Amino acid sequence: MNPETFSGDAVIDAVSAVFMVVGALMSLGAAIGLLRFPDLMSRMHAATKPQVLGLFLLLCAVGLQLRTWWVWPVLIVAWIFQLLTVPVSAHMVGRAGYRTKHLHRELLSADELEAVVQQAAGTSGFSDDSDDEALRRR
Amino acid sequence: MMQLVLAVTAVVLSLAAAGAIIRIARGPSLLDRVLAADVLLAILGAALCIDMAVNRHLNNLMLLVAVSIIGFIGSVTVARFVADRREHSRES
Repeated sequence: MNPETFSGDAVIDAVSAVFMVVGALMSLGAAIGLLRFPDLMSRMHAATKPQVLGLFLLLCAVGLQLRTWWVWPVLIVAWIFQLLTVPVSAHMVGRAGYRTKHLHRELLSADELEAVVQQAAGTSGFSDDSDDEALRRR
Repeated sequence: MMQLVLAVTAVVLSLAAAGAIIRIARGPSLLDRVLAADVLLAILGAALCIDMAVNRHLNNLMLLVAVSIIGFIGSVTVARFVADRREHSRES
């Protein structure tokens, strides 16, 4: 942060280079996780790495390389937009995966939706869609 | 130094895209393919960001936001479609 003593340009370049390489490695980690993890839920865990942290690091690299202050609000808006949309789509995909039984039950350490499904099935007879209704009733 | 970073990230992102495409081709269920397509879109966004950072422009920023909108709408639509289809096949 002190150009006279640290030769700020080289420091900023180095920091943004590290951010870019680490952000690209997040994508590689997501791809390796997609290939090696056994079921949908654990693959979803791997898939969030480049969507949030990887995008954050790369947008920081963009902001550092442009060396102006006015781009930072724009980049923060882009990142917050991604941060708002990713949990919604992950929630929808995860619930569709739960309801279509695309999960290995022996790999789960806790299943909080199971109790809700059982309770709704007990109160409203046999309904395949009951987890949806129970979640809505809460 | 920026050229070295560009080469390294190009190799890494190509490998990542190859992995995501392999999962799209092999994925046992539709939701796995949707998730892998989402990751492929994230990798595309990462490539756009690196292009902006290395060449020092902001031309791709709106394209980045549009790509994330498309990924969101696609994932949500396909997830609803899978849920609805399962429901109808159970009932009939």
